[in-house]
Amino acid sequence: MLAAILSLTVLGAVLGLLLGIAGRYFHVEANPLNAEVEALMPGTNCGQCGFPGCAGAAAAIIDGTAPATCCPPGGKAVAATVATKLGLALDLSGMADKGSQIALVNEEICIGCCRCLKVCPTDAIVGAAKQIHNVLREACTGCEACVDRCPTEALVMHPVPVTLQHWVWPKPVFA
Amino acid sequence: MGFMERLIPHWGVHPDDRKRPAADAPVRRMPMPTRLYVPLLQHIGAPARPIVLVGQHVFKGQLLAEPQGMVSAAIHAPTSGTVVAIGEIVAPHPSGLPLVAVTIEADGEDRWADLVGCNDPFALDPQEIARRVAKAGVVGMGGATFPSAVKLAGGLRAKISTLIANGGECEPYLSCDDRLMRDRAADIVDGIRIVLHATGAREALVGIEDNKPEAIAAMQQVAAAFPEVRVRPVPTRYPMGSDRQLIMELTGCEVPADSRAFDVGILVHNVGTLAAVRAAIRFGQPLVSRLVTLNGGALRAPGNIEVPIGALAEEVIAFANGFKETPARLVLGGPMMGIQLPHARVPVVKSTSGILALTAAEAAGQNLRGPEPCIRCGSCVRACPVGLLPLEMARRIASADFSGAVDFGLKDCIACGCCAYVCPARIPLVQYFNHTKGELAALERAKLRAEATKKLVAARAERIERETREKAETAARRKADRDAAKKAAAAAAAAAAPSEETAA
Amino acid sequence: MNPISAGDVIASPHAHGGGSVCMTMRRVMFALTPATLFGLWLFGWPAINLFVISLGSCLLFELISQLLMGKSPTLGDGSALLTGWLLALTLPPWAPWWTGVVGGFIAIVIGKQVFGGLGQNLFNPAMVARVALLVSFPVVMTQWVAPQPLGSPAAPGFVESVRITLTAPPLPDAVASASLLGHAKTEQSRGVDLVKAFASPTAPVTSPVGLRAGSLGESASLLLLAGGLYLLFVKVIGWQTPLAVLAGIAVPAAIAHGLDPTHYLGVGAHLLSGAAILGAFFIATDYVTSPNTAAGQLIFGLGVGLLTWIIRTWGGYPEGMAFAVLLMNALAPVIDRYLKPRILGRRRDGRELEPAQS
Repeated sequence: MLAAILSLTVLGAVLGLLLGIAGRYFHVEANPLNAEVEALMPGTNCGQCGFPGCAGAAAAIIDGTAPATCCPPGGKAVAATVATKLGLALDLSGMADKGSQIALVNEEICIGCCRCLKVCPTDAIVGAAKQIHNVLREACTGCEACVDRCPTEALVMHPVPVTLQHWVWPKPVFA
Repeated sequence: MGFMERLIPHWGVHPDDRKRPAADAPVRRMPMPTRLYVPLLQHIGAPARPIVLVGQHVFKGQLLAEPQGMVSAAIHAPTSGTVVAIGEIVAPHPSGLPLVAVTIEADGEDRWADLVGCNDPFALDPQEIARRVAKAGVVGMGGATFPSAVKLAGGLRAKISTLIANGGECEPYLSCDDRLMRDRAADIVDGIRIVLHATGAREALVGIEDNKPEAIAAMQQVAAAFPEVRVRPVPTRYPMGSDRQLIMELTGCEVPADSRAFDVGILVHNVGTLAAVRAAIRFGQPLVSRLVTLNGGALRAPGNIEVPIGALAEEVIAFANGFKETPARLVLGGPMMGIQLPHARVPVVKSTSGILALTAAEAAGQNLRGPEPCIRCGSCVRACPVGLLPLEMARRIASADFSGAVDFGLKDCIACGCCAYVCPARIPLVQYFNHTKGELAALERAKLRAEATKKLVAARAERIERETREKAETAARRKADRDAAKKAAAAAAAAAAPSEETAA
Repeated sequence: MNPISAGDVIASPHAHGGGSVCMTMRRVMFALTPATLFGLWLFGWPAINLFVISLGSCLLFELISQLLMGKSPTLGDGSALLTGWLLALTLPPWAPWWTGVVGGFIAIVIGKQVFGGLGQNLFNPAMVARVALLVSFPVVMTQWVAPQPLGSPAAPGFVESVRITLTAPPLPDAVASASLLGHAKTEQSRGVDLVKAFASPTAPVTSPVGLRAGSLGESASLLLLAGGLYLLFVKVIGWQTPLAVLAGIAVPAAIAHGLDPTHYLGVGAHLLSGAAILGAFFIATDYVTSPNTAAGQLIFGLGVGLLTWIIRTWGGYPEGMAFAVLLMNALAPVIDRYLKPRILGRRRDGRELEPAQS
């Protein structure tokens, strides 16, 4: 009886000590995951996800309040890397519909007001006052920040055209 | 080969070859069509850049577009005539997407431009040969369309020892290489000797599947005079004409998965390419026409036809007396790896080895009611020439687990079609793999793009910071200037005051 | 000039070898036909009743479960029919009607459809059913009858057979018989050594032709062998699995019998009694539940054979083929995971080959 009580006490004491030491040595200040996931996001802070910037979206994905697919400009690539990082099951089927888009300037109604230049997170719009602006296709992420800013609705989102080099075989479909 | 591999039956499949009677019919030459549509991208790599203008008259063999970038190929006029358009046409591609092409209205004279040939190619510098081959726009004619000059230069650098002339032609229905070897064996052997000289290789092996005895005999007869050229019949088994498989069969040498053939001292060229190299060096002729096999149950007169590049498939079929019945499927290339065409109004390009008009019975590749479930019979595993597990890859792709498929070796898949050919459930395995390869490439592009975006965002943040800093600095400077001015004024005033005082 | 829509694009190959799931199933059934007909003749009308009930209930349960799951029925692929067929062949020939129905339910619903249908099941459905029946109803499942060929004076007529199938009366002594493996097990447990046990004239004998007691379709070893060779010839199955199963039984049997014939049965007794041939050619070769690679099939087959011999020799049941198959079924995914074929140009671990100089 005594031996049992003793041994259990000793066991409890040792394990408690170990836990205490571990708690001290492996202490983590904040969740480092937030920063890691944020690094995977596009970083344009465009706000299309409905969260305050990419950091907010990263936190929401980690909490589970937002799906990994919540970032439209990031597309499938960001969704896939984030999901792999967090070990989430990924449903890409909802993402394929819209496809990636870019903004294009309707040159007939652009008044050269320069407002869009200031909001573009990637400096993808070039232009000067009273000059027709233009979107650099390679730099546009399709974040739509400029669309709301344009006073004449000259900026319109267009799907990125599919080219021979970028065409992807469709997944086999059957009736 | 390990013990376990000996137990495993041979790779590959034995499809009904259906090469005859088309292979036995003599080659016909197609009359020049009135319009030719010459795409600027007929090779692996970057599209060529057009250097002619609409309205300009060109001669046959004149340069239409020059290569740009490391891997690219020149495009030449297939006949003399006038450039009437440079614009988009439907690509000879399953997507039916547009492709930029030069349209030439033939003037009917078919007059060659001034060509610079060479009577003694063996006196030429090897690098000069590669240059001339590049100038002639020769690309791999077996289907891969890799620019031949790039391959020659690579071979010269890698110090290759063996040249393999690929006369395997393992695809069913196709017989253009067979026909070329029967009719122009001397030209091919001459081409082989030129390439041997251009690369410094010691010997050449001509691999021909043993279902082409006439071609073997013709090549052997010519090659007898040249001890360095050896004709080696290989067993008929698809995909014997795939370079790694042919190298394995002929030399016993296994090319490492992420390396190229010349890393093991071997260079592989299709026999058609070798004939084209010979024409380019001996006569300076660029690649402006090729042999195309017309075959399939829906055609009236199957056979091989010499077709100018840029002729529409429709016109080639019409020249061969058209259809016997409405084809169920039009295929460019062979039935195992060829592509389905949206329609026949697409041009013949440098890689077009065949145009097949298949009847419903011939094209019954896939079950129209949809595939049955995989019963894990393992037929695909036995057929795969690369040693993959197609059933496991397809299972993962079906549930969108692309990285799982990559773990099973998807990137080593050569899309030869053996697995789908033998699959009793008729699962479109190749399409699963093509789809995944495309999706993975798109993901890779998106990743690069995301990185670029991040750089742009950082650059913008830096710019904004710099601007505010500069603004602040300017403001500070102005303030300092103002303060200094004020102080100076005050000092001046102060200096003036005493004097005033003194004055007062 | 319109780009064709996504559903219309069909990737290569634009040719097909011509096989189909249905054809594969038909070939297996064709290969089973001679042995089955022999078994039905040998055990008469009750066996025919059981065979029909077993096939019918498998088809019915397949239909019901597919309708319940909202799938379109695929009875035409022949897989349910084949499962029912194999199940019937492994039942005692005069077993009552409900063994066929319960067996069909277990095989199709629990053994197959619950896993997701054709191609998804981990265990061989027919063997799941047989083992479940054997464990739950050991007496019924070990009631062997001596051969009563159709037309022989002792054979029950059709009316009598319906009574046997429906009510399963206790077998008269003249009809009841022991299987060879069962006899060996019983005698050994009584302490009689095997040499003595088989010295008596009433002891069961091996019969390559199949004139012996046993499950409905397992007795005609030669006919089963012929069917198996046909499957090998038309390349429905590979040689690896059957050869490995037979070797897995025969090699230890030969060694043990050579060492001690009083305790261990000989090779002939092992191969020609019980379900050795049926199991080797028709059950262990089931595509879905066996490994995909040739090397994997060798290991799988050896495992089935060895386990069968072990269970027969030291286990509680006289026959162990069904248990051995199920045990190895569970291992098949592991075998598949570790015995992948080597990729061309790569080492087994997936890294690139060293460039060899030609």
